[in-house]
Amino acid sequence: MTPLIAAAPQFVQPEIWWTWLAPYLLVLGAAVVGVLVEAFVAPRARRSTQLTLALVALLGAAGWNVWLWVDQFAPTEFKAIALVNGSLMVSYFTLALQTVILVVAALALLVVADRSRGADDFAPTAAAIPGSDYEELARTKGLQQTEIYPLFLFAVGGMMLFPAAGNLLTMFIALEILSLPLYVMSGMARHRRLLSQEASLKYFLLGAFSSAFFLMGMALVYGYAGTINLWAITNGHALQVPEALVGGRPLLVMGVVMLLVGVLFKVGAVPFHQWTPDVYQGAPTSITGFMAACTKAAAFGAVIRIVVWFAPFIGLDLHEEIQVTIVIVAIASMLLGSVLGVVQHDVKRLLAYSSIAHAGFVLVAVAGVLPYDGQTFVFPMNSAVIFYLLAYGLATVGAFAVVRLVRESQGRGADAVTLGEATHLSQWAGLGRRSPFLAVAFSVFLLSFAGIPLTAGFIGKFTAFKVAVDGGLWWLAVLAVLCSAIAVFFYVRIIVLMFFVDPAADDTEPEPAREVVAVGALGATSDAPVGTPLAGEPEAGVGLRLSDELRRTSGGVTVLKGSVGSRVAIAVAMVGTLLLGVLPGPVLDLLEKTVNFLP
Amino acid sequence: MLSMLPVATEVAPAMAAAGFWQENAWLLVAAPLVSAGILLLLGRSADRWGHWLGLLASTLTFVVGAGILVDLLGSPAGERVREVDLFSWISTSELDLVAGLRLDPLSLTFVLLVTFVGSLIHLYSVAYMENDPARRRFFAYLNLFVASMLLLVLADSYLLLFVGWEGVGLASYLLIGFWNHVPAYATAAKKAFVMNRVADVGMIIALGLMFSTFGGLDFTTVLAGSADASEGKLTAIGLMLLLAACGKSAQFPLQAWLGDAMAGPTPVSALIHAATMVTAGVYLIVRSGPVFDGAPTALLVVAIVGAITLLFGAIVGCAKDDIKKTLAASTMSQIGYMMLAAGLGPIGYAFAIFHLLTHGFFKAGMFLGAGSVMHGMNDQVDMRRFGGLSRYMKITWLTFGAGWLAILGIPPFSGFWSKDKIIESAFVGEGWQPWVFGTVALLGAGITAFYMSRLFFMTFHGKQRWTSEAEGTGPDQHPHESPILMTLPMIVLAVGSVALGGVLAIGDGFVTWLEPVTGHVEHHAPVIPVPVIMAATIVLVLLGAFLAWRQYAASTVPVVAPRGSLLTRAARRDLYQDDVNEGLVMRPGQYLTRSLVFGDATLVDGAFSGLGRTSSGLGRALRGLQNGFVRSYAAMMALGIVVIAVVVLAVQG
Repeated sequence: MTPLIAAAPQFVQPEIWWTWLAPYLLVLGAAVVGVLVEAFVAPRARRSTQLTLALVALLGAAGWNVWLWVDQFAPTEFKAIALVNGSLMVSYFTLALQTVILVVAALALLVVADRSRGADDFAPTAAAIPGSDYEELARTKGLQQTEIYPLFLFAVGGMMLFPAAGNLLTMFIALEILSLPLYVMSGMARHRRLLSQEASLKYFLLGAFSSAFFLMGMALVYGYAGTINLWAITNGHALQVPEALVGGRPLLVMGVVMLLVGVLFKVGAVPFHQWTPDVYQGAPTSITGFMAACTKAAAFGAVIRIVVWFAPFIGLDLHEEIQVTIVIVAIASMLLGSVLGVVQHDVKRLLAYSSIAHAGFVLVAVAGVLPYDGQTFVFPMNSAVIFYLLAYGLATVGAFAVVRLVRESQGRGADAVTLGEATHLSQWAGLGRRSPFLAVAFSVFLLSFAGIPLTAGFIGKFTAFKVAVDGGLWWLAVLAVLCSAIAVFFYVRIIVLMFFVDPAADDTEPEPAREVVAVGALGATSDAPVGTPLAGEPEAGVGLRLSDELRRTSGGVTVLKGSVGSRVAIAVAMVGTLLLGVLPGPVLDLLEKTVNFLP
Repeated sequence: MLSMLPVATEVAPAMAAAGFWQENAWLLVAAPLVSAGILLLLGRSADRWGHWLGLLASTLTFVVGAGILVDLLGSPAGERVREVDLFSWISTSELDLVAGLRLDPLSLTFVLLVTFVGSLIHLYSVAYMENDPARRRFFAYLNLFVASMLLLVLADSYLLLFVGWEGVGLASYLLIGFWNHVPAYATAAKKAFVMNRVADVGMIIALGLMFSTFGGLDFTTVLAGSADASEGKLTAIGLMLLLAACGKSAQFPLQAWLGDAMAGPTPVSALIHAATMVTAGVYLIVRSGPVFDGAPTALLVVAIVGAITLLFGAIVGCAKDDIKKTLAASTMSQIGYMMLAAGLGPIGYAFAIFHLLTHGFFKAGMFLGAGSVMHGMNDQVDMRRFGGLSRYMKITWLTFGAGWLAILGIPPFSGFWSKDKIIESAFVGEGWQPWVFGTVALLGAGITAFYMSRLFFMTFHGKQRWTSEAEGTGPDQHPHESPILMTLPMIVLAVGSVALGGVLAIGDGFVTWLEPVTGHVEHHAPVIPVPVIMAATIVLVLLGAFLAWRQYAASTVPVVAPRGSLLTRAARRDLYQDDVNEGLVMRPGQYLTRSLVFGDATLVDGAFSGLGRTSSGLGRALRGLQNGFVRSYAAMMALGIVVIAVVVLAVQG
């Protein structure tokens, strides 16, 4: 008998530790209850019930995590707790990242829940054909979409599982749980329906494509190691490679690379980034904010889990291969994100490219992973990455929350009709005078993105690049700093535009905006001026009826007040960004615990 | 700033048990600061009662200050230096600094001067600013000033002192430009601000030098460490402290801002630009006594600066027709006296502070008097348009007269006791120094007598030269005495001008009181016998006063200034101080700025926009990849994976 067969898993009934599973059950359970709420609660009370339920679940899970961290965690020598036969592995890193995800998601939820006058992001009924009579009827009847809350919670549940996965299959399931609701939510934008549905479909197709890579990677790793359990892979078989598999190492290498491809797609790193600008632009803006902040955090949890489980072990000896993969992707992401950000005219696309660049910056820290030195497993990148994701998450949720309040409008005074977001940069001129609070908040977020001192972004970049330098990749850190300098270019340009440029007069439509209108009308989301890949001409003609036609005749920009919730979210994000920038010490000290094995 | 509130109040173990007053010493800074915050934050809703809150806060500080004084007087001289730790301020491996207050005779002297004169001026301002719509804001700034000034004098480290130092600078800036709708006033505020920044550089360098030399910034470490430090370092620290002092106290060569600072409301001129803030430089020098003791060269420079400023201010004062600017020149000159005294070393420290104290009273009194005159004369400041006012403003005339006699140094008025001591001390020493400094001090006394008498006679005596609508020279004047709220502070300050010096001089009481800080100094005989000096001083003073009387009271004063001699014309233009500054600093600075801007635009901006242009060109090229087609996206992903796979396999191979 070969060792492979001997190691074939026999069924062992898992012991369930409810205390440790409670956060997941809370969030996913609330999602299930949310589905029931849709069916059984009267329409009038539905929204408030859903919102309360979701907020309680998110904050409850976050609080539970804090309790686990403070009171319950008694790490083993591997600094992790295995749940359900090792399907989940919970460590300080897991708890911290989950808490970041939950807190940022709660902020994003406040923005998603904003249904104040004119600010509703979601189509009255997502299933309707854009521009159909049915949709028009739903709109005039004032239908509201509340399925968004259970979908939101399912996505968060998946995100929580992602950095907790103890075997590759759990990781794959988490990936799908978080992705599927996101595909749906991306297609629900109230304005520019075609753009939104196109984004949703693109996201789904490319997501499926990347999931296939993940599955393929999983199969290759299983083919090499005979197990999908991370702990077993590194400790069981790899240390005593069966004779038969000595030549099979390329199997393992390609498997790990493909696993990485699957999760790097979610992160939005180059060359798996193409969906990012299109989806960020098409999705409802509040969902974009949630997706950009939380998905990235969760996906980086998975990236680190893979890197840390495979890279430093002597038995596997994959350090060089993984490092070179990460370095290539990091360089490409930073360069492409920064350079393409410079030429964007649409604020949502610009933030999308900024998010690609940020993925690169985080990967710079990940690339600093050290090979096992024979004594201790320490991963300084863990705390740097979590801090970076927290800083980035706060600023992202806040920034998209601001973006969705700046709207195009038609007509004046009481007759004014609020339309879709005024995303063309020229429409942002003079926002500082029109709406100082939003403009100041947006500037703080941009400065944080740019990594200017006294904002959280600076501390995040500093700690991340420091990890790379400590890992011997000083040249990568230098390149990262250079790319940051390029990125400053387009962040500061928006600030200048908001505060130092007079707004275009109301009756003359800014010239470049027309181009975007044209592109939007054709339903194409792309950087190229023309192109109608998915939505054909006839459909586009129908799509014009609801909103795009109105847009053509208007050039006015109006700034919505937004609900109390979304203003609170913006304020919290701003204060958090500044606070973490001025006093990062306590948070960094807390995160110090996460650097020990395991992630 | 509110975080400055104490978290723990404790007394150094060696000190006497903390009394009630000492435990509440933090109120000295906190009360006016909180009041300023309330007044600024509440906005218009506090307009009706805001000034009373300001006055209350200021009075409270006086009560606390007086309580601490009684406390201190009740303990033996050896226990009169106390430190009250407030909270741990900066804590690093190299520097561990506790924010604390130092209660000793020197700081308490200042506390009482600032709070007493400050409260009187608050009271005066209630009436003086009555018709100003921004009175509440004015009181907020005044309170901010009081808080900062008290922090400055109470701080137990140079760094905390610097916080107060900047605070008074800010308050001064805000108050000079209080009526900033007048462009000239706003410019004056800016001028004061900029010149004070020059001085701050000195302060910051001094802080750095102290840290590198002594490894600490608190007075205890620095002053005790001075005994062992090298003379070169101490000289450098001393000169930098002097630079700081020159800016704050309007001493040569940073004196130019004080005259323009008279743009602020008169109570501000009285409190900040006469009695208290401008004397902070003297405080700094005296406080740093041990540093200067180890650096005779720096000390000599202090004396020289004082002597130059003394004469400079006196000469300028003779030519000015603006009543407030004359007083400003006089302030400059009197602080010159204090600097000179401080520059004489331990022998002069106590007299410098003594003169500072008496000067604070009589000069504030005279400024308030000038404000009262302006109040009754439609804000006229040209002395050539005054005359014969003594009949119409009896109280102002009498109180101003008390200040006038005090500054002249006529016995037994306050100024005599302090100024005469400085002149005597200036004659002490060896070599050329006593002769030069003594003569300058003596001469200065004579010139002071001339210009102050000129001011007094031109304003209150002689013929009425008021403007009138009939002559088309301005509004008709109906001079009248000011309301009780204004005259009351003037009367109190006048009592101080008459008696304070004499009372404190009894048995050298004040000098002995300061000894725990300035040290005990044996009496040295001047190079000329004391009675001769005293007699010469009085003769010169009387001569100056007589000349002024003959020219400005007995004969007619022209309403338009005559062309005057070369010196008069130069003095009218402040001895060309602004021209010198412009020629030496401003113009070269502008050229430098322009060339830097040019360099910045071509080199730095060029490099940066080059980066921008390159990346936007690259971006345009790469933009084609993002074409919107899912099929090409997927293809690119696949291609990317192939590239990565090839590289990875190559690496492992």
